[in-house]
Amino acid sequence: MSEMLRFATAGSVDDGKSTLIGRLLYDSKSIFEDQLEAVERTSEKMGNDYVNLALLTDGLRAEREQGITIDVAYRYFATPHRKFIIADTPGHIQYTRNMVTGASTADLALILVDVRNGVIEQSRRHAYIATLLRIPHIVVCVNKMDLVDYDHDAFEKVKEEFREFAMRLDVPDLSFIPVSALKGDNVVDKSANMPWYEGPSLLTHLESVHTASDRNMVDVRFPVQYVIRPMSDKYHDYRGYAGTVSGGVLKPGDDVVVLPSGFESTIKEINTLEGPVDEAFPPMAVTVRLNDEIDISRGDMICRPNNQPIVTQDVDAMICWMDETAALHPRNKYAIKHSTRAARVMIKDVNYRLDINTGHRDEGATDIKLNEIGRISFRSTVPLFVDEYRRNRATGSFVLIDETTNATVAAGRILGESAH
Amino acid sequence: METMNVWSEESSHIMSYELSHLRELEAESIHIMREVAAEFENPALMFSGGKDSIVMLRLAEKAFFPARIPFPVLHVDTGHNFPEVLEFRDRRVEELGVKLIVAKVQDAIDRGLAQDETGPRASRNRLQIPTLLDAIEKNRFDALFGGARRDEEKARAKERVYSFRDDFGQWDPKGQRPELWNLYNGRTKMGEHIRVFPISNWTELDIWQYIAEDEVDIPSIYYAHKRVVFERDGMLLAESEYVTRMEGEEPFEELVRYRTVGDMTITGAVESDADTVTKIIDEVAATRKTERGATRADDRTSEAAMEDRKKEGYF
Repeated sequence: MSEMLRFATAGSVDDGKSTLIGRLLYDSKSIFEDQLEAVERTSEKMGNDYVNLALLTDGLRAEREQGITIDVAYRYFATPHRKFIIADTPGHIQYTRNMVTGASTADLALILVDVRNGVIEQSRRHAYIATLLRIPHIVVCVNKMDLVDYDHDAFEKVKEEFREFAMRLDVPDLSFIPVSALKGDNVVDKSANMPWYEGPSLLTHLESVHTASDRNMVDVRFPVQYVIRPMSDKYHDYRGYAGTVSGGVLKPGDDVVVLPSGFESTIKEINTLEGPVDEAFPPMAVTVRLNDEIDISRGDMICRPNNQPIVTQDVDAMICWMDETAALHPRNKYAIKHSTRAARVMIKDVNYRLDINTGHRDEGATDIKLNEIGRISFRSTVPLFVDEYRRNRATGSFVLIDETTNATVAAGRILGESAH
Repeated sequence: METMNVWSEESSHIMSYELSHLRELEAESIHIMREVAAEFENPALMFSGGKDSIVMLRLAEKAFFPARIPFPVLHVDTGHNFPEVLEFRDRRVEELGVKLIVAKVQDAIDRGLAQDETGPRASRNRLQIPTLLDAIEKNRFDALFGGARRDEEKARAKERVYSFRDDFGQWDPKGQRPELWNLYNGRTKMGEHIRVFPISNWTELDIWQYIAEDEVDIPSIYYAHKRVVFERDGMLLAESEYVTRMEGEEPFEELVRYRTVGDMTITGAVESDADTVTKIIDEVAATRKTERGATRADDRTSEAAMEDRKKEGYF
């Protein structure tokens, strides 16, 4: 089982998200005395009746002043079974881009629903974003069960409601857990108050969720990041291609093809400082050496001759727009970063804008604005080596950058090649 | 063919194509360092001699092997260093064959860029900011690696891996660039730069476990040793020529070690008999205080002390 799990939490303070995280950290003994003392002092100063665990994660001055989460906070804890990285993301719609930042690297999304309110607009939006980013596992924590006397029917009602909505989404793994973050029911230990619930506590679930099959171990993709040429006496003719394996398993002796040149060779050696390795797989960072001298530079891709990505300048993609100053329009030009390749693109078409609360597609849309999600097509200055995002997150994702302001303006997932 | 030790020890991981959490963190850090070397004109690695920057330097060595590390090491020197740390710095730089640039707080004071604080609580902590910014400008650095970790402090928990700094070296916590997947935006205009934190996702325990697993060499002051200290604000400060004791602060000898290494005037020691890495790991795993909370006077000035310093250009 994978030793590390990255998960993103979404929800507002009102859903009890910070309380839940505080509870996970506190009950797994990951909060330190001085942190707790500081939170207690501040809670008292702010006139709160109880210790406000949200202060543990809301680290910025502005956040504490306003009592809201503005940006992602990263939290770390470990149990004997696993190490966890929590990306605690803001729930408000105006900080969607920050939620996307935190969720982009997550293996699992934890969505909080208040049992009294059911599946509200915000929960739908969070689930929608999680599925757009194709986070493989979603856990819905139905919270505040203590306020409905731990009623089984209340839990089932919310679960049904969410399932019905999720049917229209592409969710590979969906679980539901009834909890009370404030009282600690089913967070770390199983609750005696809900004998009707037969599943694991949240922490047990997080410790045991199987993520190994989420990585693509089939399609060999090795984007060349940096060319290593020591130019020293000891390594006179050494030439190695450093990078992070984005898919598949590489072994010495394997036949490979290098894109865009199309030259073929075989792997001579896979190198690390500790010595050569027998195989390399995601997400290992290694240096690959080939048996033939061919011209390879950053941005090229090493793959197998019989399994290559789509080589195209015309891309069909879903994007989330993140720029508050300007919207995306057809014919606009941007810089693109895709794996280790940098190029420029021109937007060809806005296909539709997605209403993330209802899933409705507005096909009359002509622009995509801040925090909006839509389907677009673009043409790049040079060919990109892409895979569908659902097949490979690393070769199926990109960001767009405004060349005047240098701001990161869009996050995109590739659907495939678009019509020319 | 020779198989490498790190993975062969964990053969079960090879079979299931999974990395241990340390190797996954290592891969992420190496990826970030290569990305910076490929995309920036003039990067440098900030090295304090502390365990985090030592691990970072080790990761840089791995990222570019068998070539030399393709950027210089920058030390912002307050002049109030532990001598063991300076020795260590010079030895390590020599072994790796990298260039060392030392930016001295004293030079900044002499040139009128900064002014020494006075009194028994005088510290050169804040004076590192103008010294660092001056070194960045003079050397035209466009990227600086820092060994900050997100688990250290709540403002750091919010910071991106690529942290953009404007012409004045300022961090704008409310206007950070979105950062997605492992696609980092390193674009800057003239005079701006990026602070890059390749070990953002490591915890204090990860660092120690890595030091143990990779047998990384660290300065002796991290291990338990006898030292003359005095107590101030619940911390044990080392008796040295740089600190003036106040009334009632009597020196005494104690068995201590350091959890963090900074300026001698503000870094507190902790009582400890941990004289091996294994013992330190046990101690860290059982501790109930954060390392900065236990040992750093600079974070105690206010609730947002770190955020405020970072906005001005601090590490």
